[in-house]
Amino acid sequence: MKCGKALIFEMSKEGRRASDLAPLDVDTTRTAIPKRYLRTKPAALPEVSQPDLIRHYTALSNRNFGVDSGFYPLGSCTMKYNPKVNEDVCRYPGFSQVHPLQDCESVQGALKLLYEMEQYLADIFGMDAITLQPVAGAHGELTGLKLIRAYHRSRGDKRTKVIIPDSAHGTNPASATICGLEMVGIKSNGDGSINLDALRSAVGPDTAAFMLTNPSTLGLFETNIREMAAIVHEAGGLLYYDGANANAILGIVRPGDMGFDVAHLNLHKTFATPHGGGGPGSGPVGVKKNLVPFLPVPVISYDGEKYTLDENRPSSIGKVHTFYGNFGVIVRAYAYIRTMGSDGLRQVSEDAVLNANYCLRQLKDDYHAPFTRFCMHECVLTSLKQKPYGVKTLDIAKRLLDYGYHPPTIYFPLIVEEAMLIEPTETESKETLDKFISVLRRIAEEARTDAALIKTAPHDTVVGRLDEVAAARKPIVKWTT
Amino acid sequence: MSWSYLPHTEGDRKAMLLSIGVETVDALFADVPAAIKLNRPLNLPRAMAESELVKHLQAMSAENANIRDYTCFLGAGAYDHYIPSVVNHIISRSEFYTAYTQYQPEISQGYLQALWEYQSMICEITGMEVANASMYDGGTALAEAAMMACGATGRDEIVVSRTIHPYYREVLKTYGIDRGYKFRDISYADADGTTYIKLLEKIVSESTAAIIIQSPNFFGTIEDLKTISEIAHTKRALLVASVDPISLGILESPGRLGVDIVVGEGQSMGLPVSFGGPYLGFFAATEKLMRRMPGRIIGQTADAEGRRGFVLTLQTREQHIRREKATSNICSNEALCALAAAAYLSAVGKQGFQEIAAQCMHKAHYAYEQLTTLKCCQPAFNAPFFKEFVVRFEKPVTDLNRSLLASGIIGGFDVGKYYPELEQCMLVCVTEKRTKYEIDRLVEKMGAIL
Repeated sequence: MKCGKALIFEMSKEGRRASDLAPLDVDTTRTAIPKRYLRTKPAALPEVSQPDLIRHYTALSNRNFGVDSGFYPLGSCTMKYNPKVNEDVCRYPGFSQVHPLQDCESVQGALKLLYEMEQYLADIFGMDAITLQPVAGAHGELTGLKLIRAYHRSRGDKRTKVIIPDSAHGTNPASATICGLEMVGIKSNGDGSINLDALRSAVGPDTAAFMLTNPSTLGLFETNIREMAAIVHEAGGLLYYDGANANAILGIVRPGDMGFDVAHLNLHKTFATPHGGGGPGSGPVGVKKNLVPFLPVPVISYDGEKYTLDENRPSSIGKVHTFYGNFGVIVRAYAYIRTMGSDGLRQVSEDAVLNANYCLRQLKDDYHAPFTRFCMHECVLTSLKQKPYGVKTLDIAKRLLDYGYHPPTIYFPLIVEEAMLIEPTETESKETLDKFISVLRRIAEEARTDAALIKTAPHDTVVGRLDEVAAARKPIVKWTT
Repeated sequence: MSWSYLPHTEGDRKAMLLSIGVETVDALFADVPAAIKLNRPLNLPRAMAESELVKHLQAMSAENANIRDYTCFLGAGAYDHYIPSVVNHIISRSEFYTAYTQYQPEISQGYLQALWEYQSMICEITGMEVANASMYDGGTALAEAAMMACGATGRDEIVVSRTIHPYYREVLKTYGIDRGYKFRDISYADADGTTYIKLLEKIVSESTAAIIIQSPNFFGTIEDLKTISEIAHTKRALLVASVDPISLGILESPGRLGVDIVVGEGQSMGLPVSFGGPYLGFFAATEKLMRRMPGRIIGQTADAEGRRGFVLTLQTREQHIRREKATSNICSNEALCALAAAAYLSAVGKQGFQEIAAQCMHKAHYAYEQLTTLKCCQPAFNAPFFKEFVVRFEKPVTDLNRSLLASGIIGGFDVGKYYPELEQCMLVCVTEKRTKYEIDRLVEKMGAIL
């Protein structure tokens, strides 16, 4: 299995090319740009033939693992199946070949799709209005916090602190900082839930917002959510919903009804658009009525006849993206919602929660399960039972690679020692889960009988464990001749 | 009802519930307080079968004029360059597009190597020492560059040229306002449409973190980056330049001109215009600034047996490790767009990259010469330009564009919308895709309208 792969630069030979160009058909031979601006040394880009180019990238794709390759239970990332028809529709020329600055008259179909998408998402999340501009979850957080700041500022209210639980995704505190806000951390209870007393003593006249993921990053629903909302609202703060875990709640419970004022959701998680190897995503933000004036420009408006882009919004926070967000991703998610409908989306969440609970019940004897009550769409296990054999969570993850699985999220949430966060998603069958469960049991057995095998895993991948320390100490971040 | 994306049969569900020890799936949602449960169906249209969906979306897409059917002279930040067929084939490999971030390097070597090669190509074209694995788009990359410059210099004043794309300036201000940054706008010289250098010399001071310039700028004209970098460096400020990657086939690399941070919109490198997204922010800098970079960076390393491999590196800059002290909050980026750009740059190659730039330049200049022979069409500026230029008419641009659209042409951007002093001015874009016939036809139609 172990084998190397040449770099595309190493395959280059002078004079080769993988694409051609029509001959220049206008008559201007003189160089129209003064010499002092012209490039002195051409960029040393690859010179490969088209067959070689395709074989290069095909070979690279064979050295990569996606949802289509196999089970990918990466917690908090919702690696569900990405429907193929959605890949087709977003490539229709009437979507992919439309320039963002065309006159609104000539893009009525695109604006209509965006407008309808806003309506759908507003109902799914129980919000009054949606902006589709943010292109990732963290981008949604940044947008949401800016909306909250603008709201407080409009009331002459100086609030600079954001309360964030220790179980939160790393993007929450980072987004607060990027937004010029100060983070106030609160510790969770032993069962991973928010400590109401800690929240009570953290809120005050300087509280701008409380950021919360619900279901939490432990895969548990915060039963006291209404009490939390009351505590924050009474102090004059607003509640921000991190929609990373929304796959558990579609059609069952809505952030707006839980008391949240602002919420982002990830179309690339919940609404089945591909993760793309790290993007492009889409992170629309929903708001309650009192925050609508601050939404980013342009806002899509509809007068019953025509759709237009409204830029005249004096209270707006401005633009967070050059144009209107990741339109191509939004088209895919729109297609998904139209395919599933209300019953389908509810079934998605029911099956997602069913699958996670099934994994938890089946595995809790072989692996330590810190929380044994019903989970939502993902569950937490740890390697504490394997610790006596010197086997860590990282080793188990690497051993899973040998069995052809993408491992769960590991060492997150940070508040659980040696955590493994398993999110099966609803698109996996019972057979897939049973096989995965049996492999995890087998690894637990290997830990007892042959720990060295696990600690030196993976054995069947194209490279062994890589030296990350060396990579960071002396970074080699580009090719040099 | 059953859905093709959901594998469970009713029998499966029952068996699984039984093994969990509950009778109904509702029992699993016991933690959700009854008072807040949604006890009604979502207000969504009924579910569609695939054949219905396809029909519905075909009809919706047909309500948009598209640049395959229309001839496009509109640019202003989104460009109609030719995309070689191989690019879409490469990014359609589902091992790439259905994967996520490369947290497990042993089964992500393909993507990691592709992104490392992308970083290398961005460094090659920009002349910089380090590039990250992508940002959201050109506007947000510029905003991140400004934040990085403030962090690196410990200063909070940013000098922004008015020749930067108006939307980029808006994004920059949205990002900057809550950080307390001070923005100082600097105008352009009326005659040539480039940043007013004399004014710049006066404004830049010891409190300036960065000068921010776009070249070719919003008007298409080429800025004197070398002189501007000298002005910046005299005051120990940084120069941030937003550049058109296609122009780098013919224009000097920003790295050689003294630019410290190079960013830009990568859509021109193999991505469709797609109504504004997904696009690609590219981001490159000098080695000195590497540990302050936002976003993911791929590094080369080896396994225990010395086999070459690639990993996400310098992760202590990032939000999942450093949390509130991270250099940026970015997590998901535009990886697949970076892959498209790498495939594009590999496909056009060393020769093609230069030829495309040269063709853009020649065709744009041909269009400029032909248009300005019309009686009612005057050049707005006299500075050298690349593939876009501004011309002034004696009629409102919206009127012209409406007539052009009726003739199957999407005309240029109405510059007066964001520059009141440039009323009745159009920003015309000509890429290598435009033919002589199409350009002549534009001139003929314009002549007839005027």
